[in-house]
Amino acid sequence: MSSAGLAIERGAQVPAQGTRVTEGLSPWQLAWRRLRKDRLAIASAVVILIITAAAIAAPAFAVLTGHGPNQQFTTTGLTVQGLPKPPSGQFWLGTDDLGRDILVRIVYGARISLFAGVVASVLAVAFGTVVGMFAGYFGRVTDSVLSRGMDVVLSMPFLLFAIALVAIVGPGLWVSVAVIAFFSWASVGRVTRAQTLSIREKEYIEAGRSVGAGSLRIIFIDILPNVIAPVIVYTTLLIPASIAFMATLSFLGIGIVPPTADWGNMISESLQYYRVAWWFVLFPGFALLITTLAFNLLGDAVRDALDPTTERIFAQR
Amino acid sequence: MTLTRFLVRRILLCILVLWIISVAVFAMWFIAPHDPARLLAGKEATPQTVALITHRLGLDQPILVQYGQFLGRLLHGDLGYSYYNSEPVTHLILTRLPVTISLAVGAAVMWLAIGISAGVLAATRPRSLADRVVTSCSLFFYSMPVFLLGVLLLYFLFYRLWTAGIHLFPGSGYASLSNPVQWARYLFLPWLTIALGAAATYSRLTRSGLLEVFGQDYVRTARAKGLSGSRVLYVHALRSALTPIVTQAGIDIAILFGGVVIAENIFGLPGLGALAVQSISTQDLPVIIGIVLLSSFFVVAANIVVDLLYTVLDPRVRVH
Repeated sequence: MSSAGLAIERGAQVPAQGTRVTEGLSPWQLAWRRLRKDRLAIASAVVILIITAAAIAAPAFAVLTGHGPNQQFTTTGLTVQGLPKPPSGQFWLGTDDLGRDILVRIVYGARISLFAGVVASVLAVAFGTVVGMFAGYFGRVTDSVLSRGMDVVLSMPFLLFAIALVAIVGPGLWVSVAVIAFFSWASVGRVTRAQTLSIREKEYIEAGRSVGAGSLRIIFIDILPNVIAPVIVYTTLLIPASIAFMATLSFLGIGIVPPTADWGNMISESLQYYRVAWWFVLFPGFALLITTLAFNLLGDAVRDALDPTTERIFAQR
Repeated sequence: MTLTRFLVRRILLCILVLWIISVAVFAMWFIAPHDPARLLAGKEATPQTVALITHRLGLDQPILVQYGQFLGRLLHGDLGYSYYNSEPVTHLILTRLPVTISLAVGAAVMWLAIGISAGVLAATRPRSLADRVVTSCSLFFYSMPVFLLGVLLLYFLFYRLWTAGIHLFPGSGYASLSNPVQWARYLFLPWLTIALGAAATYSRLTRSGLLEVFGQDYVRTARAKGLSGSRVLYVHALRSALTPIVTQAGIDIAILFGGVVIAENIFGLPGLGALAVQSISTQDLPVIIGIVLLSSFFVVAANIVVDLLYTVLDPRVRVH
């Protein structure tokens, strides 16, 4: 990770494999080419797009099936004993304990997961990057204060803190997003700080300063573009972690409040019924797993594309 | 001399971090509307009863006075009394700690064994079938949220086996270490829940660390000298590749010591995490603060220990 900035500079002088293009390609173009050739990355991106499309089109699922996400079908959706019904022509993925359509609820749950995952990650990365750059660039007291702040956040038992906080302010989507962002920014800050420390000593920063560029200009115009590669990698890997975090909060009863559908609270509700209704546990679980898996695969591919040194290691063997 | 200075500085910083966390918990609690006295007194209680309980708990005093008293007791190693059952918080924590430590240590042994051996296997044969299998598995378990893994293990390894007549692992509960076989049977599924996800991270760390080291000159030199492959691997390469893993492991285990919220929740284990969740629903502030402080302490202490270990494992690193 720490050599990502350097690696791009090196990569820029080498034409991409298998092409005869000799004119200069920007590091971004090179990374994009590598990413496009990665079949696994394309497949993951397609999966993510499908899930996103399903999330956006969630109301269409409700209209087409005729089942609202919170609508309870107490006669058609439950067995005579009042238990969940298995998958059928009417309920493709079965029903839950209240006779609701699991497919429709999964699609609605995708909205929460994607929204919370992306928004929390972007907030955490934006804040962490700025704090990290300030700590790394200004050094001295600023660095000590900001670094200790990051230490404090990283030393907190975050799940316990999250539970305590939510018990006080009450659960909700925005509270969850804030909690996830708050416990994620510090690691981004550490990575950015380390990068900034080495960039700060480069000649072009000194040159910028000698012609009178202000600190803020140097930080956002000269340093930011050079730390952005690891930051992008971090963001793509933070999204699945945030999705899992969101589901965990809901699972523990401190995220999304029922009856609103969320993958975490669906799995939590299903725990009392797993002996009689496997579909109730497994389908929301698979939805969650496929989503985090796709994002992680894409994140890995983005890292490989932005940091060609991972390939060099293989070449050296 | 430098080591002493390093230790003193780190311990002071550790105390500072813990102090900030204690203030944060205290402040968080008092900003929000809550009334443990009312909860404790019950629905039928008269205002006089509530006032009496409020007074007895010291909740009618200014926040700063309450915090001062708390800090004074803390310096004597006293975390106060639980609002709920008037038991000393330290005693409550001590009775729960063995469960959580059993859980954490067992899981750590499991994930280090699985993670490091899988990582070595993958790194020594890059791009082979074994590497692909290890890499895919680790990505799979890395992407799996812990609670989902717990639920799936409960379904497949407890319920499905149990209905098939194989009563191998109990679905919930705890047996103390005095009966080691029962202890391990009760803890096996919770261990697996924690360990598989962590093993994924460790196998990735081991693999990438080893591959990086394999590319370095001193390993090439060792090979050129004619040392056997396994000697190069275990004596030369693994030692420096494992350094970051030791760091990670120290901190990960310390985090678990502070309470394994999810696994304890799913498998009904009476550990610190379960105690914390229960105390939060009963608004038992002294217990919550006690657990949060203890778990933060484990993390900061682990940071210091790990930094010291680093100097032992990697002679190039000097403390300053």
